[in-house]
Amino acid sequence: MTHLPRRILYPFLLLLFHIFFSAIAFGSVLHEAGEEEFSEELLLRPLPDQKVLAHFHFETRAPSSLSDSYGRHHHLFPKAIAQLVQKFRVKEMELSFTQGRWNYDQWGGFDPIPSSNAKPPGVELWAVFDVPQYQVDASWKNLTHTLSGLFCASINFLESSTTYSAPEWSFQPSSGSLRYGTLPREAVCTENLTPWLKLLPCRDKTGLSVLMHRPSIYRGFYHSQRLHLKSSQFDSGGLESGIVLEQTLTVVLQPNSQSASKTYSIETKLQPSWSLSSIFGRKVTGRCVLAKSSNVYLQLERGLVTELENLRTENMISWADNMGSEGLRSNPGFELSVKPDRVFKEVNSVHSKSSSVLCEYSIVKYSDSEPFDLGLTWKLPAVWSCQQAPLHASRFLMGSGNERGAIAISLTSTELNEGFLGANTVEDSCKLQVDIFQVVPWYIKVYFHTLQVFVDGQPQGLTDVVEKMHVSPSEDKVSPGVMELVLKFPCGVKSATLTLEFDKGFLHIDEYPPDANQGFDIPSAVISFPNFLASTHYLEENSLTKTPMLSKFQEKSLVLSYTEVLLVPLTTPDFSMPYNVITITCTVFALYFGSLVNVLRRRVGEEERLLKNRAARKAGRLPQLLSKLSAKLRGKEWESPQSSSASSSFSSSKLMLKVVIVAGIAIFWQFYSK
Amino acid sequence: MEAKEQSWKKKKQPWFWHWVIASAIFRLILIYFPKNLNLASRPEVSTPLTSLRRLAEGYWLKQSSMSPYAGSMYHGSPLLLSLLGPLTVQRIEGLPDHLLCSLVFVIADIINAMLIRASGQKLQMAYGQSLKLLGLFELPEKSEIITSGDIAALVYLWNPFTIVACVGLSTSPVENLAIILSLYGACKGLAPLAAFGWVMATHLSLYPVILIIPVILLLGYGPDTPPRKLFMRRRYIEVGDNPSKDREDLMDRPEVPHVFSWRLIIHFLFWTSLWSVYVLVLCGVSVKQYGGLWELFKRTYGFMLTVQDLSPNIGVLWYFFAEVFDFFRNFFLIVFHGNILFMILPLAIRLKHRPYFLAFVYIAISSMLKSYPSVGDSALYLGLLGLFVNELADMQFSFFLFCGYIGVSLLSPVMHNLWIWRGTGNANFYFATAMAYACLQIILVVESVSAMLNHDRKLRKLSLPELQVGKT
Repeated sequence: MTHLPRRILYPFLLLLFHIFFSAIAFGSVLHEAGEEEFSEELLLRPLPDQKVLAHFHFETRAPSSLSDSYGRHHHLFPKAIAQLVQKFRVKEMELSFTQGRWNYDQWGGFDPIPSSNAKPPGVELWAVFDVPQYQVDASWKNLTHTLSGLFCASINFLESSTTYSAPEWSFQPSSGSLRYGTLPREAVCTENLTPWLKLLPCRDKTGLSVLMHRPSIYRGFYHSQRLHLKSSQFDSGGLESGIVLEQTLTVVLQPNSQSASKTYSIETKLQPSWSLSSIFGRKVTGRCVLAKSSNVYLQLERGLVTELENLRTENMISWADNMGSEGLRSNPGFELSVKPDRVFKEVNSVHSKSSSVLCEYSIVKYSDSEPFDLGLTWKLPAVWSCQQAPLHASRFLMGSGNERGAIAISLTSTELNEGFLGANTVEDSCKLQVDIFQVVPWYIKVYFHTLQVFVDGQPQGLTDVVEKMHVSPSEDKVSPGVMELVLKFPCGVKSATLTLEFDKGFLHIDEYPPDANQGFDIPSAVISFPNFLASTHYLEENSLTKTPMLSKFQEKSLVLSYTEVLLVPLTTPDFSMPYNVITITCTVFALYFGSLVNVLRRRVGEEERLLKNRAARKAGRLPQLLSKLSAKLRGKEWESPQSSSASSSFSSSKLMLKVVIVAGIAIFWQFYSK
Repeated sequence: MEAKEQSWKKKKQPWFWHWVIASAIFRLILIYFPKNLNLASRPEVSTPLTSLRRLAEGYWLKQSSMSPYAGSMYHGSPLLLSLLGPLTVQRIEGLPDHLLCSLVFVIADIINAMLIRASGQKLQMAYGQSLKLLGLFELPEKSEIITSGDIAALVYLWNPFTIVACVGLSTSPVENLAIILSLYGACKGLAPLAAFGWVMATHLSLYPVILIIPVILLLGYGPDTPPRKLFMRRRYIEVGDNPSKDREDLMDRPEVPHVFSWRLIIHFLFWTSLWSVYVLVLCGVSVKQYGGLWELFKRTYGFMLTVQDLSPNIGVLWYFFAEVFDFFRNFFLIVFHGNILFMILPLAIRLKHRPYFLAFVYIAISSMLKSYPSVGDSALYLGLLGLFVNELADMQFSFFLFCGYIGVSLLSPVMHNLWIWRGTGNANFYFATAMAYACLQIILVVESVSAMLNHDRKLRKLSLPELQVGKT
């Protein structure tokens, strides 16, 4: 044993070392995975219609806490969210507060930003739960209440089964545990932003969130604050376990154009120059120290890059062939105040002719004394357009009056994408697939059998166009109507229109909102194009440090677009009438009951008696009048003079006596009181 | 005399048939212009229960393998759905949609009129017979010009309400057909037909369930007669006056009204149970995979009884339940439906000798108080009213009622238009016309019952003059 040959011992030791080191390495990996991470990023993008898009992206990751699920302390991850995930077993959730409408024409509809950050107005919430089917609704209700408290919003209205729906496949593929609800009329303001900011480790004290100066961001044309949560801790075999909380704020702002007062012949076309301080009123004074990475990006879209290249060739100004940082800084179109740290170019397989450019600024080096203030000064007017979704969707109401109407969803081909579609026409049977997900409240009673599809103005048979259809009709006061459609259009389609007729419902007075005459909202329809996936790959110099936003861009996400919210006026009853209606109706019913009973009760015997006494009718005028009077006094109907009888005249004489006595008493009383 | 009558009839018949054919042609002409009239969407014509559009939606849902009752669209019978459903989807090029359904409704209307006429003839014959028994020969002579059956059939066919309900694609002609079939069967003493009609009518619209009383009375006692007491007294007097006459001969006289034929009632009940089981089995088969019969009852009868749909119609309940406080809702539901039931027994006691008229009163009451009334229901009772022209000749307020019906049917669309389409009026305007309509119907019911009772009194006076004299 002592003379063990070294030849054997050496590899053995090597193996031992190997195991040891790999164990250390593995431990370090475990350690790495066990840490919470936070990163902050801001993307700025000039938009064609003289506006600027600012997209804040904060991502917080927490590792799986299955091992010690309770009493776990979070360093960076917001505890409220972690508890919420734990309690309701939320697999994935997205909550967005939006004001304004994303302008798909001008601001694009194809990139990752609009397809995941363009949201319908108001509140949109969807969540996937990891609970048995029968508990999903209960979890949803609890979740809405919790979120309502957390974000100071009336999300709890989504609790009612008339407001949320369970899309089966058109919204997101899920196995029945997805719930989707929107509140189109929810007003969004700072009271919703503040709790949202509280979830960030640095709040809005330092870092990029300092830029969120309330007056400037709420002045924008579009404002969408979003919270996306993905938790994989309930999956047993998940690759990366833990919770990923992604908070984004997307604002579209209009820079003040006073600064661009240079004289140009075509001054109107010149884009307004802007800087962070001019659009937000603040400067970045340093990073959030808790953030793993804090970067600011400036994205130049494909169209803009092509335009800049055109400008360069026109103006014969030499700038580097490969758009280096230097070249970009001093290009003919605009001038950047800060030199980008890195410049990425999009890796693009389809469009080889142009690709978008991303400039990265790391704000680690900036501080209070030297704040970061990126500025972009336009030198030449540039005209470009954003990349759009294959079809532009819009929705409108048809018909007038408050009885019935029709919803029409119109899809028009965007001219820009014809070439794009052409790329796909290589295949023989080119079909453009469109998924439509439409929720209608129950008081819009949709007749699904009236669904009509017009392609290029021609009515089409449903079987030719509709590939798959799932409808769950609305039930009065119980559930909304849901329509999920998969349509396949030929690629060369110019326009397509879907129409659905509906009847307007009539509600109980308690069901009307305070301002009933304003009308009711039909939530946005979701139009998605499953053939097209929005993802932007940026060629990076070192692919190891991939920041969350860039990896988000690389994810293949569906191209989605939301249609307009429709406002449907409904007829109102008279709100001041309940008592009148109740009393009048009851009076009519009493009239019916009383008079019918009266008719049935009348006896034949009485009639006979009257007939018998008809012969004895020999009375003067006075007794007749008296009998009439007496009948009035007794509150009975006066019988016709024919039926006046001896007995009645007798009774009337008795009554006359009574009247005389009463009159005598009255006279006596009068006399006595005097 | 007989020959003259025969010739009269021969002369009269073509005249009647001309009008029937003219009414059918008139309907077909109206059907050809559905878009211009847009009757199918009128709230007076199509209620949530009778709207063919909703039936088409239910059929579409069923075709796409969903329950036809999913959602709150269709609330009718599954049998009607499988009968009319296939017709709603068949389109003929160049012709209006739902043409086949319209044809079905036209045929149903014509059959209705024929049945009303046949039962009217039967009623009149039986009535004439019983009057002869009472020794009143002068009364039937008056009405020889046109028989009440013809009048009723023509009133039914040419009533604007019937035409509108038929052309406006509501299923009420079919519901009316079931009711009339039941009454006709009962009138003719055909227990299976009466049972079938009653079961179908109940199945289609629930409210005809109260017609079981007049149907049983009709089967038991035969068609309408003057009060039975008169026959008894008459016989008593005759027997008393002519002691010389052979008593046995007098007693052997066929006195139809006195015998309550239990045999027919047993037959009727047997057939009723048979038909109900049959209908239930059919329904059960058709809704088996969609939640069974209980779901069906909840969606159809439950929907009728709980007044869930608050869209305007010519009744008064929609606005009432749109406005009433929620905690009173159940109470008023019970009160309003109880109102139909309260009057069943008193009416049955007072009018038991006139079961057909009793049926008319029941139909009028239920079409006034039902949750989703339409003009189709009014058309039925107005048609049946024509059967009693002779008896109700002395009815009060008939001109007022006539003007009232015209006024309401003109004002109601105007008010609806003002409220819904122009937005210049409000709901109270339309509700006021509904209220007026309810009042008119109340007056009609009350006055017709009152006139019928007065008519009985008159018969009594005429038939028993000796009694009156004797007593005095």
